[in-house]
This record gives sequence, C-alpha cells and structure tokens, in this order.
Amino acid sequence: MKFGVVIFPGSNCDYDTYWVLKEVFHQETLFLWHKDHDLRGIDCVVLPGGFSYGDYLRSGAIARFSPLMQEVREFAARGGLVLGICNGFQVLLELGLLPGAMLRNKNLKFLCQFVHLKINNAETPFTNQGRPGQVLRIPIAHYDGNFYAPPETMEEIKKNNQIVLQYSTSTGETTEEANVNGSLENIAGLINQQGNVLGMMPHPERASEAVLGSQDGRLIFQSIISWLS
Amino acid sequence: MKIRVLVSFKESVLDPQGQTVKNALHSLGYDFVKDVRQGKVFELEIDDLPREQLEVKIPEIADKVLANPIIEKFEWEILE
Repeated sequence: MKFGVVIFPGSNCDYDTYWVLKEVFHQETLFLWHKDHDLRGIDCVVLPGGFSYGDYLRSGAIARFSPLMQEVREFAARGGLVLGICNGFQVLLELGLLPGAMLRNKNLKFLCQFVHLKINNAETPFTNQGRPGQVLRIPIAHYDGNFYAPPETMEEIKKNNQIVLQYSTSTGETTEEANVNGSLENIAGLINQQGNVLGMMPHPERASEAVLGSQDGRLIFQSIISWLS
Repeated sequence: MKIRVLVSFKESVLDPQGQTVKNALHSLGYDFVKDVRQGKVFELEIDDLPREQLEVKIPEIADKVLANPIIEKFEWEILE
C-alpha cells in the first residue's frame, strides 16, 4: 500500500508525517507537491499540519484551490482514504469535503499542549483498532480549532455518527473544561458521511514514538494500514 | 474602479475577538458600547464593469473566496 503526504507552501508537519509512515510503520510513502496533477497511485492521502499559504485569508482557504486538491476531491469521491491533520482538517473544511468551519479558539490563544480524546466512533478506517470510549493522549497545536456548524448541519453530523474524536477528560468525559478550544460537541475529529475522509485537529504523528511522550497516535495509522491490508 | 467588500461573522456565530474588543472598551470606561463585531475589509481595484455584471461577479468572488459562507456574511459597495 502507498501513502502520499501533500506539501503546500507553509506545511510544517509534512516531514514528521512522512517519517512516521515510512520509518515507524515501514510503509511506501511519497511526497506530493500541491501543484501536481497526479496522485501517483496512492491508497491514502494525508494533508499534514502547518500553515498552508501562511493561513492568509482564513486557515486552509487558499490551499483548497491548489491543482492537487482537485485530484484529492475526485479521489475522495471514488472512496479513497483522506486524512487531514490540523491545517489539513481546515483545508478539508474549506474544500467542502467535510461539513462546518473553524473559528478562532474560544480563549483566543494558540493552544500547544497534550489533550485527551475520546474515541466516539471506532468503526472507521481511521479508528478501527480502537474501541468506543477509549481515551487517547495526543497533542494539539492550533489557533483556529473551534469547530462550528449551523444547527441543521450538527443534526446531520450526529445522526450519521460522524463525530469520531472528542476532547475529553483522562477518563473519557466530554466536559466543558476538557473542550479546550470551544468546539461544538467537543469535536476534535470528524468524518464525512461516506466514511472515507477524516479531519482531526490533534497530531497523531507527534505521538507515535515513545521518545515523544505518547504513542497513542499510532492507533490512527495502524487503523488505516489494517483497513487497507 | 474600486470596490470595497466587508466580510463579518453571521449574527448566529459567536465572535470572540469582537467580544474581547468590547471588554477592552468597557475597561476604558466606554460603557455606552453595547456590542462589537469584528470583520475584514477588502478593497478591489478592478476593470470598469457595468452595474449588472458587478452584481453577479462581486458576490461570486465573495462567496467563493473572500468569505466562508458557513460562518461569514458580506456586503459590498462601489468606492469610485
């Protein structure tokens, strides 16, 4: 199986993500330049974290017009797996592959810290190695992670079980206090209706090796690998 | 000609930056300020276009690029 990590000008988690896929999980992994028109036969595309196009206008707003993103849109429509991490999540929202939008964090601070996440849906290509209610410890690093969607969209999201990860306490309670950025329904990870496109604000690639303080992020990559095997 | 596009959050969306500005104004004694909504201003220098074309193209630009219609609304005016 083959992974592709997209590089936009301003991406800064591209090499971390590549490292984890290639060196930690020993998967064939390619870099894909945002101006390319070809996904080169990959099975899963990862939009990494960072500040694509300096986050000018809105986070992820300019990246969505990259030529490669039109390929990603078609790839997703064909059922291909797409994982957007942090800025990648913001790009997927701007692209319309996921519903809703990001507002500035409720406390107006850039948040860079470990958080606890409850797995709400363990039947996705990205979480199938976990169990519902399992708590992961993975870091976040963002300014605009306060998920918002209009009430009718939220209804749809809940009805279709699209909430995959939620900010929680270490025991898995989705309290207001644990909801560090103010997201509706404590949403940290959201999947599309078809179940092949996941956006998540936390960085699993920063929690995949013991030396980094947590290996809980491995579950996300292991799930994808197991799904594709 | 010059067009000004104003983008701001929809009424239904909380604007934490506007709230913070309001709190700052209150702490300075400007208690008469009831609410603050923060937005963005774009000034577009464009080719001269007839009004009917502007009424199609400018909202198109605003919807597609300048604003995120899920959370933001826009207004526009001709400056010169």
